[in-house]
Amino acid sequence: MATNPVTTAEFENEVLKSEVPVLLDFWASWCGPCRMLAPTIEEIAEEAEGFKVMSVNADEEPALVQRFGIQGIPTLIVIKDGEEYNRSIGVIPKDDILALLD
Amino acid sequence: MFDIVIIGAGTAGLSAAIYASRAGKSALVLEGKAYGGQIINTPDIENYPGIAHISGFDFATGLYNQAKALGAVVKMQQALRITKADGRFLVETRRETHEAKAVILATGAKNRPLGLEKEEALIGRGISYCATCDGMFYRGKTVAVNGGGNTAVEDAMFLTGYCEKVYLIHRRDAFRADEKEVERLREKENVEFVLDSVVEALEETDGRLSGIRVKNVKSGESSELPVGGLFIAIGQVPDNGAFQDLVDLDEKGYIIAGEDLKTKTEGVFTAGDCRTKEVRQLTTAASDGAVAALAASKYIDALT
Repeated sequence: MATNPVTTAEFENEVLKSEVPVLLDFWASWCGPCRMLAPTIEEIAEEAEGFKVMSVNADEEPALVQRFGIQGIPTLIVIKDGEEYNRSIGVIPKDDILALLD
Repeated sequence: MFDIVIIGAGTAGLSAAIYASRAGKSALVLEGKAYGGQIINTPDIENYPGIAHISGFDFATGLYNQAKALGAVVKMQQALRITKADGRFLVETRRETHEAKAVILATGAKNRPLGLEKEEALIGRGISYCATCDGMFYRGKTVAVNGGGNTAVEDAMFLTGYCEKVYLIHRRDAFRADEKEVERLREKENVEFVLDSVVEALEETDGRLSGIRVKNVKSGESSELPVGGLFIAIGQVPDNGAFQDLVDLDEKGYIIAGEDLKTKTEGVFTAGDCRTKEVRQLTTAASDGAVAALAASKYIDALT
C-alpha cells in the first residue's frame, strides 16, 4: 500500500498549497525498486516532523508524470512553497532522502 | 554483539543470513539501499532450480521474509568501515557501530556506467540502467539498449512492448546472452541490431537526451541515432573500496577468494557477485551465501 497517495485533482491543495514541505514519491506497482523503497518511505512518513510525505502512482496520474517530466522511477521530489526544491532518482538510503529536505 | 555481520542484503547476503540463523548464530544484515540486490530489477526469473517462474521482487521478498522469520536482523544502514581488534570486528555505519565475531562481505555489484560526458546528469532524463523501471515512460518513442548480455537482451525485449523502435547496440557481433533469448528478440519487428558498435557520445536538447553517436568499431564510421532513451546494460562493477584493508582486491575491484570463500583476514568471508568468480548467477549467489555462513559458523565455534 502506498504512503498517502495524492491524485492530480488533489495536487494543488495537498502539495502546491501545503504549508509544510512535501516529499513526493513517484512509483508504480510493477517497479521492483519502487516497492523496495516503499518501507523506507513509510518509515519516513511515520516519523515526519515539519514536512509530509505523499506518493504519486505513475500509472494512474500521467498528468503529474508529465508535469514533472518523470522518465524514471522511483523519483523523489521535494516541493517547498509550491516549487520544486530537490529531486533524486533511484533507490537511495534513508539519510540521503532526509537530506533532500534540508 | 552479533555472531556474524553480513554486509549486503542481496541474494548472497540474505542466503547467508538464513544459513547462519539455522546454524544457531545471531546474524545482522546491513544494507545501504534496499534489500534484494540486483535481482529486484528482473521481472521474470526462469532459471532458479525448483522454481519454474517467479518475479525478482517476489524472490527477494521471499528471501527477506525467510531470513527475518529465522531470527536474522536486517538494518537499513550502510557499512562505512570495518576494523578488527582483539579478534572482534567493529562495523561502523553513520548511525551506530556494530560488534561481531565474524563478517561476511556480500556487497554485490552495481551498474557499470559508460563513462561518457553528461551521462550522470542525464540519468532519469533519457539515460536509464533499468528498463523494467523506466520503460513505460518511453512509450511510443525510439530508444536504444547498449550491451550484449542477458540483461541487455531482456531489456530490449521488454522495451519492444512499449517503444516504437528499439536499437540494440553491442560492441561485438556475438552475444553473451542465452541464444534462446537472442532468437526470441530477433523475431520482433521493431528491433534493429547495431553490432560491432559502441556509443561514443550523448546528445542533449533542453536538458534531456535527444540522440546518441554510435561508432562502428570495425569500419571506424560514426553515425547518429535519434533516440529519446538509452538503456545501459554493459555489466556491473564491484564496490569494495571501503574494505580494502581487510581483503585483497583484483584489478577490477572484486574480492579475491576461492571456493571456501575465505579472505586474507581470518574471520572475514565473502559471498556473491562481489568476489572473483566465473559465473555470477542467482544460484551461485545463494550457494556462496550458504558456504560463507557455514564457514563463518565453523570459525566462530573454533574461537571458544
